[in-house]
Amino acid sequence: MISQLTVFLENEKGRLASACRAISDAGINMHALNLADTADFGVARVVVDAPEAAAEALRKVGYRATVTPVLGVRVPNRPGGLATLLEFLDEHDVNIEYGYCFSVDEETAVDVLKVAGEPAIEQLLVEAGFKPVKPEDVYRLG
Amino acid sequence: MIRGKVKPKVYYQPDIETMPLEQLRELQLERMQWSVRHAYENVAFYQRSFKDAGVEPGDLASLDDLAKFPFVVKQDMRDAYPYGLFAVPSKDVARIHASSGTTGQATVVGHTANDLKNWGDCFARGIYMVGGDQSSTIQVSYGYGLFTGGLGAHAGGEAVGCSVIPTSSGNTKRQIQMMKDLGTDILACTPSYALLIADTAIEMGYDPASDFKISGVILGAEPASENMRQEIRDKLGVQYCDVYGLSEVMGPGVAMECAAAHGLHVAEDQFYAEIVDPETLQPVPDGTYGELVFTTLVRECCPLVRYRTRDVTRIIAEECSCGRTHRKIDRIVGRTDDMLIIRGVNVFPSQIEQVITAFPEIAPQYQIILTNKGPLDRVELDVETVPDFPFDEIRKLEELKKHLAAELKSNLQIAVDIKIVEPKTIERSEGKAKRIIDLREGGRA
Repeated sequence: MISQLTVFLENEKGRLASACRAISDAGINMHALNLADTADFGVARVVVDAPEAAAEALRKVGYRATVTPVLGVRVPNRPGGLATLLEFLDEHDVNIEYGYCFSVDEETAVDVLKVAGEPAIEQLLVEAGFKPVKPEDVYRLG
Repeated sequence: MIRGKVKPKVYYQPDIETMPLEQLRELQLERMQWSVRHAYENVAFYQRSFKDAGVEPGDLASLDDLAKFPFVVKQDMRDAYPYGLFAVPSKDVARIHASSGTTGQATVVGHTANDLKNWGDCFARGIYMVGGDQSSTIQVSYGYGLFTGGLGAHAGGEAVGCSVIPTSSGNTKRQIQMMKDLGTDILACTPSYALLIADTAIEMGYDPASDFKISGVILGAEPASENMRQEIRDKLGVQYCDVYGLSEVMGPGVAMECAAAHGLHVAEDQFYAEIVDPETLQPVPDGTYGELVFTTLVRECCPLVRYRTRDVTRIIAEECSCGRTHRKIDRIVGRTDDMLIIRGVNVFPSQIEQVITAFPEIAPQYQIILTNKGPLDRVELDVETVPDFPFDEIRKLEELKKHLAAELKSNLQIAVDIKIVEPKTIERSEGKAKRIIDLREGGRA
């Protein structure tokens, strides 16, 4: 499992920009950002260099920010990469709350999934030949 | 008599406290007729106000007729300072209490010897409600002085025949030492002081719930949330009796909470309670929240006819399991100054707060924003989640909103738009936070 930065945003002008600025001011780089929105609020889910430090920097300027464990899986960057992974999870009755993907380079992409409960799924993925992302692959530790 | 072995008498004044309703209403009417006439004949203020309203004491043929009579408000008492509302000559005045006057001119209230005796009887009933009797030791940690708390509780203890320890407030460690060494059964003070006593005792290394003999507390003179009450019950291991009173009407003992813990019995042989709509000033049916209005029935020195307390509560009309027949009032939910009228419904911020505090997912900071674009009032409630709420999942946030809206709807009878906001949005305040923002045209705030 990897740590994802989660930020609660009011549906108000400039809140996302100001959150990104706070992260950047803390010297933290972002690798992926997914934004979910509803009528009156949004939730930004971000993969960053230093999730705990980013959450702390955001809380200091008044944001509700936290770190959420999510599943990251490295998949080949070609058609069907995500579909194969989702089919596997479906076969094992793993429920997905939300997900998003980002390309690392020409060969590789990372699928980020919030799965209900089940940290054990990571072991099953390894056994089936998938490559779950380790924390050190996406961000600095400590 | 061996303490704890003999079942104590349940009531202090059984004939009065369990009087059949019909007889109680007759007694009230008879006393009310006396009281209204006494006020009219001896206080110039009432002669004027009755005349302006076109009524005379003789118009009072039934309890319902009281609604024809004019009200007395706090300002009238200020204007009458110092002796304008006294109905007896100074030779008959036994004691004078005064309000602090923090919000204006102080008010003074006098008592005859009979008034003081009646007061002691009212408070004494509450001592029995928490299981006390003449063998009990009561520690009075209300302040003694112009404030009615200390001497009111003291009179109650003496009326019962308790051993009364007049510690007054302050010097908390000594309070605890006496409570332990003297075997205090009942503590009378403010809720916040009771909690301080409990916490200090725990800091001193005691577990008051098991180490101390104390079994009841009679607490009042300031608001207390249910959480706070429960904390006091748990930490001290006691039955909690909420006592209502106000210096203008008497002092602590006007209404007291029995062991059934569902409302405070008004001393109906001494006071007649009405609930009126704070806007129309018309009496409302039992169960409806409104402003509490008192008419004194036996007071000699300062009789009051329809005194508006500005406290908001409702009558709980139910047969009480304790056997007392006197009607109960609910806990005070707020002051009329705080009342909002939303789509014709009276709403008190404390009602909203009560709903919110029942949700552990929501932080205690909140803000209510009232607008009226179009014909209807719109109510928006801004809340924050607690920091560890899993706001990562939108579904959980939406569920929380839905659940909170449903609770508010069922408690307040109005639809509220819930908005979950960032923590920076709601202003933090050291003192009293601004919880209500009324942006309605003709709004009051």
